[in-house]
Amino acid sequence: MTPLVDHLIVVPVLLPLAVGAFLLLFDERRRSLKVALSLATTFTLLGVAVGLLMRADAPPFGAGAIGVYRLGNWPAPVGIVLVADRLSAIMLTLTAVLACATLVFALARWHRAGPRFYTLFLMLLAGLNGAFLTGDLFNLFVFFEVMLAASYGLVLHGSGTARVKAGLHYIPVNLLASALFLVGVSLIYGVTGTLNMAELARRIPAVAPENRMLLEAAAAILGIAFLVKAGVWPLCFWLPTTYAAACAPVAAMFAIMSKVGVYVILRLFLLLFGEDAGASAGFGGNVLFYGGMATVAFGSIGVLASQSMLRLAGYSVLVSSGTVLAAIGTGNSAAISGSLYYMVSSTLAISAFFLLIELIERGRDAGADVLAVTLEIFGDPEEDGLHEEAEIGLAIPAAIAMLAGAFVGCTLLLAGLPPLSGFIAKFAILSALINAAGIVPASSWVLIALLLLAGLAALIAMTRTGIRVLWVPGEAAIPNVRALEMVPVVALLVLCIGLTGFGGDAMRYMEATAQVLYWPQEYAREVLAASPQLPGAGR
Amino acid sequence: MEATLAIGIGVFAGSGIWLVLRPRTYQVIIGLALLSYAVNLFIFGMGRLRTGVPPILQPGTMGDPAQYADPLPQALVLTAIVIGFATTALFLVLLLAARGLTDTDHVDGREE
Repeated sequence: MTPLVDHLIVVPVLLPLAVGAFLLLFDERRRSLKVALSLATTFTLLGVAVGLLMRADAPPFGAGAIGVYRLGNWPAPVGIVLVADRLSAIMLTLTAVLACATLVFALARWHRAGPRFYTLFLMLLAGLNGAFLTGDLFNLFVFFEVMLAASYGLVLHGSGTARVKAGLHYIPVNLLASALFLVGVSLIYGVTGTLNMAELARRIPAVAPENRMLLEAAAAILGIAFLVKAGVWPLCFWLPTTYAAACAPVAAMFAIMSKVGVYVILRLFLLLFGEDAGASAGFGGNVLFYGGMATVAFGSIGVLASQSMLRLAGYSVLVSSGTVLAAIGTGNSAAISGSLYYMVSSTLAISAFFLLIELIERGRDAGADVLAVTLEIFGDPEEDGLHEEAEIGLAIPAAIAMLAGAFVGCTLLLAGLPPLSGFIAKFAILSALINAAGIVPASSWVLIALLLLAGLAALIAMTRTGIRVLWVPGEAAIPNVRALEMVPVVALLVLCIGLTGFGGDAMRYMEATAQVLYWPQEYAREVLAASPQLPGAGR
Repeated sequence: MEATLAIGIGVFAGSGIWLVLRPRTYQVIIGLALLSYAVNLFIFGMGRLRTGVPPILQPGTMGDPAQYADPLPQALVLTAIVIGFATTALFLVLLLAARGLTDTDHVDGREE
C-alpha cells in the first residue's frame, strides 16, 4: 500500500469542498465551466468510491480492510481519523451513484432554476461523504452541519411559496436536532473523556456504574438527533412535505440524506452497545425495533393515503428507513446484512422514482391527482362522453411507454416483487428473521407481517397511481422528456437489475460488512493501531 | 458556581423551548438562539468548571494535567457557536423570504 493510495480516503471530502468553493469565484454566466467541473468532480468521486469499495473488500482484519486516514498525522484518539471500512465504502458509492444520476438529470433544466446550484450540490456531497467517513463524533457533527447547510439551500432551489413553507419547517426541526446532537456529544465527552468512536468502544465497557446512567442518557439524546434525520415516527412529519416540495433532483439526492441517520445509528449502536459493552450491551435496541416498526406502519398508511405521487415517494422514504431500523433493532447479523442490501436497493429505487415523478408530472395539470381521487369516489358526470371516443388502435407514444416502463420498475422495487432487487432484499430480511436460532419470537412475526403488508400497500398505491396517470388514455398531453433526463432514471433502475443479477456477490459483501460490525473491539484495535497509547487518558 | 450555571442553562433552555413552540417566526428564531446558548453553556460545563487555570501548557514544559483546564470543550464550544450562528443567519433569510412570499409571519405560512 503506497502512501498515495492512502490519500484516496480523504478525496471524497476534500475534492467536492475545494471544487465547490472554487466555483463560487465564477459568475453564474460561466455555466459551461461550472457544469464541466461539477460533472468531472462527481464522476471522479464515483471512481474513488468504487476504488475504496474494492479496497475494503479484503479479508477482515487482514491487510488493511479498514482504511484509516489520520488527518494532520495526529495519532488516533487525539487527532481526528477518517475510517473507510466496508460500510462506509458502500454508503460512499451509493452517494456517488445518486450524485451522478441527479446531477445529469439537473443539467436538463433544473440547474438553471436558481443561483449557486453546483456549489450547494458539491457541499452537500462533501458533507455526506464526510459523515460516512469520519471516525470522530464531533467531526461527525461538523459534517452533518455542512450537509444540512447545503440542504437548506437546495431545498429552496427554484424558490416558490411551497418550498419556502416547507423550509420553514425543515430548518427549525434540523436545528433542534443539531442542538440535541451537541448535548449528546458533550455528555459523552464528559463521561468518557473521548470523542473518537473506536476509543469510545474501548472505554464504554469500563465506565463506572454511577456514570452509566449519564452515558445512556447521552446515547439516547444523540440517538434522537439521528432518528429525526432518519425520519422515525413520531419524528418524521416534516419529511414527506419537505421532500415533496423540493425540486426533483434535490429530492432524489435527499433520499440518501435520511439514510445518513440510519447509517450513524447502525454504526454507533453496534460499535458502542454491542455484546462487549458490559452492562450497556444492546442499549436502545428495543427502541430501534419498535420505532422502526411504527415507522413502517405509519409510512405504509401514508403511502396508501397519498393523493400525489410526490407524497407517495416521501412516505416510501419512511418505509425504507423504518425497515432498516427495525432490522438493526433485531440485532440479528443476517437481518442486518439483508437490510443493508435493502437500503441500497430501496434508496436507488426511491431516487429513481423522485426523478421519474417530475417527468410524468410535467404533462399534467397541477392538482390533477386530487381531482382524480375525487372522481374515483364520486364518479365523473362527464364519464359517458369520454367513452364515445374510439379507443381501438390508440398508439401509446414512445415517451409514455418509456415512463411507464420505468414506473413499473419502481413499483416492483418498492413493493419488493420479483424479479428485481427489492424482492431479494425483503427475502433476505424475512429469511433471516425466520431462520434465527431458537424459537422465533412473536415480535419477529409482527415485523414479518408488517414488512409484507408494507409491500402490499406500496403495490396497491403504485398500481392505483400508475393506472390513473399512465394507463388512462387521452388524459394527459405527452410530456416533453429529453433523453438527458431519461438516462439517469434508466441508469438507476439498471443498477437495481445489476444488483439482482449479481445478487450473490452483493449479499456476500453485505454479510461481510455486517459481520465486521459485530466485532467492535477488533475495529477499535485496527483504527487505533499504530497510535501510541496515552497513559492516564481517562478521567 | 455549578448551581448558577445549571440554573442559567435551565432558564435558557426552558425559555427557548417555549418560544420555539410559538406560532410566530420571530419567536421561533429567538427561541432557537436561546436554545443554542443553553447548549453552548452545557458543552462548556462538560469540561468541568474551574476558575483561574489556563487550558494550554507552557511551551517546553510537561505540566500536570490536573493543574490545567480541559481545552477540548472550549474548542468544541467555539465550533458550535460559529456553526449555530451561521445556520441561524440562514434561517433568518428564509424567514424574511417567507414573510415576503406569504404576507404573514406565521410558521405555517398562513394564519390559523
